[in-house]
Amino acid sequence: MSKNVNDWLNDHGDYLYRFALARLRDPHQAEDAVQETMLAAIKSDSFEGDSSARTWLTGILKHKIIDLQRKQIREQPLSDLIDLDASDTSMDDFFDKKGHWLDKPQTLDMPENALEQKQFLSTLSGCMDKLPAKLAAIFMMRDVQEADNESICKELNITATNAWVMLYRARMGLRKCLEINWITG
Amino acid sequence: METRKMKLMLTCKQASLIISQSLDNPLSRSDRMKLKFHLFICKACTRFNRQLHLIKTIVQRMKLETENDDTIQLTIEAKARINRAIESKQH
Repeated sequence: MSKNVNDWLNDHGDYLYRFALARLRDPHQAEDAVQETMLAAIKSDSFEGDSSARTWLTGILKHKIIDLQRKQIREQPLSDLIDLDASDTSMDDFFDKKGHWLDKPQTLDMPENALEQKQFLSTLSGCMDKLPAKLAAIFMMRDVQEADNESICKELNITATNAWVMLYRARMGLRKCLEINWITG
Repeated sequence: METRKMKLMLTCKQASLIISQSLDNPLSRSDRMKLKFHLFICKACTRFNRQLHLIKTIVQRMKLETENDDTIQLTIEAKARINRAIESKQH
């Protein structure tokens, strides 16, 4: 075997781990993604050496990340799907029958220094953890990984309407959560 | 005339949906005009619009910070686990 997998892990493992963690937000899942990438890499013949090993490995990793996200979404029990309509992220909880805001969005004070910035990020992070897993996954795919809607629909096997309703709910939920939990000073 | 006027006016609920969609796809000319008009008269939705864009900007910044943070590394245990998995596949 000419490929030195141990070198790959030593040279690129940490980079791949950060790349995965930035998208999956879960250390265990990120580690799994790196491991799956390495295993796929030793089986594959496609590395020609004319692209850098890192670029090539990152390409594999991207697919592994999507696999994990897809699994995350598929593993949601069906009851959660039904609950989603009644959950606190549903659209109707935010508006009255005439389509007016029940609670008008309030001003969010922007973090003014490094400490506040850190707190803001951790509040936002906490809010993402509170989203239903399905919504969090699609939000990560769209707003963090910047996958286009078409490929999200294909990957998750959902309709375009489904996708935008889910994104809408995710964003509504996040914004509301920030409004409640982010207090400056 | 009255119904025609109604159709031109978005409710806040409709506006919020269009704002969310605007993060994903370019809006149709008609939606763009309606939204522009609604935002002109509605402070709450203007705020909402700004905040959704802000959240998107911030989560992307979070992604880059994690990606570039050299202090985040696989633990020694994690590396050992991965090495074991690789070895078990190679033999």
